[in-house]
Amino acid sequence: MTLPWILLFLPLLTAAVNFLVLKKSPIAAWLSTASALATAVIAFLLLGKTDQASFEWATVGDFSIKLGYHLDPLATGMMIVVTVVGLLVHVFSLAYMKEDEANARYFTGLSLFMFSMTGIVLADNFLMTFIFWELVGLSSYLLIGHWYHKNSAADAAKKAFLCNRVGDFGFMIGILLLWGITGTMKFSDMGVPVGVSEFTLSAAVLCIFCGAIGKSAQVPLHVWLPDAMEGPTPVSALIHAATMVAAGVYMLFRLQLSLGADLFIGLGASDVIAWVGGFTALLAALMATQQNDIKRVLAYSTLSQLGYMVMAVGLVSGEAGMFHLFTHAWFKALLFLGSGAVIYACHHEQDIWKMGGLMRKMPITGITFFIGFLALIAVPGTSGFFSKEQILEAAHAKQPVLFWVAVAVAVLTPFYMTRLVIVAFFGKARDEGASHAHEVGPLMWLPLAILSVLGLIAGYPFFAEKFAPAYKRPEHLIHFGMVTYISVGAVISGVIAAILVYRGKDRDPISIPLLQQRFYIDQLYDNVLVRYLQNAGAAIIAFIDELFINGLLVGGIGRAAASAGNAMRKIQSGSLQGYAFAFGLGVLMVIYFTVFL
Amino acid sequence: MASLNDYLLVSGLLFAIGLAGVVLRRSIIVMFMCLELMLSAANLSLVAFSRFHPAANGLPDMHGQMLVFFVITVAAAEVAVGLAIIVALYRARQTIHTDELTTLQG
Repeated sequence: MTLPWILLFLPLLTAAVNFLVLKKSPIAAWLSTASALATAVIAFLLLGKTDQASFEWATVGDFSIKLGYHLDPLATGMMIVVTVVGLLVHVFSLAYMKEDEANARYFTGLSLFMFSMTGIVLADNFLMTFIFWELVGLSSYLLIGHWYHKNSAADAAKKAFLCNRVGDFGFMIGILLLWGITGTMKFSDMGVPVGVSEFTLSAAVLCIFCGAIGKSAQVPLHVWLPDAMEGPTPVSALIHAATMVAAGVYMLFRLQLSLGADLFIGLGASDVIAWVGGFTALLAALMATQQNDIKRVLAYSTLSQLGYMVMAVGLVSGEAGMFHLFTHAWFKALLFLGSGAVIYACHHEQDIWKMGGLMRKMPITGITFFIGFLALIAVPGTSGFFSKEQILEAAHAKQPVLFWVAVAVAVLTPFYMTRLVIVAFFGKARDEGASHAHEVGPLMWLPLAILSVLGLIAGYPFFAEKFAPAYKRPEHLIHFGMVTYISVGAVISGVIAAILVYRGKDRDPISIPLLQQRFYIDQLYDNVLVRYLQNAGAAIIAFIDELFINGLLVGGIGRAAASAGNAMRKIQSGSLQGYAFAFGLGVLMVIYFTVFL
Repeated sequence: MASLNDYLLVSGLLFAIGLAGVVLRRSIIVMFMCLELMLSAANLSLVAFSRFHPAANGLPDMHGQMLVFFVITVAAAEVAVGLAIIVALYRARQTIHTDELTTLQG
């Protein structure tokens, strides 16, 4: 089959043509979009197929690195998410980035990202996953830093890259450990031999989980994701909400499938994963309640939802996690693109307290955003409800404490999202930009409309069965029970609380510095990690550099030559008599040596 | 009649005076004259060797005296060139004092 190869390499080809040939031409945008459309079509053609193939990429001794694809329901379903969200984001970007000078560079980055993400999804071995894992990190870096002349954007890009590097280091160790245990890199050949201790396996899984912590922005490496909002908004929708950050969840679930999910039940590592996920979900939801930047609120909500997914994987209910990934991708991409439209209409104003009354001025954006909001807070009937329900069910069955953590998040999510919607879309306009806002063009609202339809229906079995990765049809559409009542109660209480607090307010009536400052985690990293660790390292390196390299090697040789020259200089006195004297002395010595010796 | 050693002694003295003059004196003209003195010392010893070293037929060995003529000729040419250089040097620098001619000092 050549289709999967085309699916994988077409975006790379597009990126190369854009970068090398088209450079600043406006055609680049259309070429990338066409390539995204083609990959989406291929992804639909590949739905439900199972196949694998590979070719040798590099050989070292008897070890060879292979690039290949592995098609199964998980991969093909995930490809739908990646390519369709990718396509819609490309279309949205055509309008959003129209006036940007580096338009072609932006689309090159998007195509490069599509290539890398496809590589992760299709990968048939862990080494290939790792290669493309790094590539998404790179494209994410390039796109966050798209407006690199802004210091904050350049810093955010660097921060994202470095945080990911920390996680990826563990990931690499984990891959090697797993290779040592199973003797293969290939997912389909993986199996844990008898006699491997639980501790070794846990260590390998936890090291691999480090990669997911970095990429899916779990505590304690979550700090990069909110900062990544410095990038263009469509990028946030594609990379930092729908696809790349979900790659960690995808990879963990792929690992569980390859090793056998039964192995993970009761494994120490699974508990750690579940608790990290639950903790992230709660922490991020708390932080989201006090943010004022529309994109940051959404970023924290992404963190919190990713925490849900990771928790589900940790509870060995990866299907529930993947299902939530699937539905979340649609409505979170919708919310981000909606916020992009709002930011665009308000002349790049991101503070929700300077918006207001947008529902009347931008009805299409407003309504689609509202649909995304309903799905995110999991109102019954929307896609988010079904997937969150599965996670809550799993938590309820396996870990009561985590279940209550998840419920707390389910209360907080409607609270901060209702706050966002009330403040930004209702009431009266509080700023020039918002009062002059008007509806965006069709290139922008069309993706919103499509995503809002998907956000509504993606949870129903008739749709999910076809497209969702590794979807298991539940016995009943809604399983009425304690869990359902609690989750619906959580939504209602969160919404009502937010309406009571924020209705008709012009300023935030609540002020909790601890949450505004994000639990001071960023400051802690800056003051401890950066100041002490990094500066101490820098001092040591500078010392070695100054003393050994510069002082002894480079400067030392130079100084030796210079001082030797200085000494020799004295001979060159310039006085004629001196030369004559030396000459005479020399003659005398020659005579002495020839005649008398 | 003076022996060969007497001539060589005088020659050696002349050479020593010449060398001392070259090394110690600061005026280039004087140094130049001392150089000539050293050449004369060499000539004197050559003539002396020629005189005290007869060939097979009883006449003095003329090789030494021939060499002296060459030396005198070359010395004349050298004086012509050397004095010209000194004049040019004086015109350029207004001095022929070696203490003040140290441009080549390293």
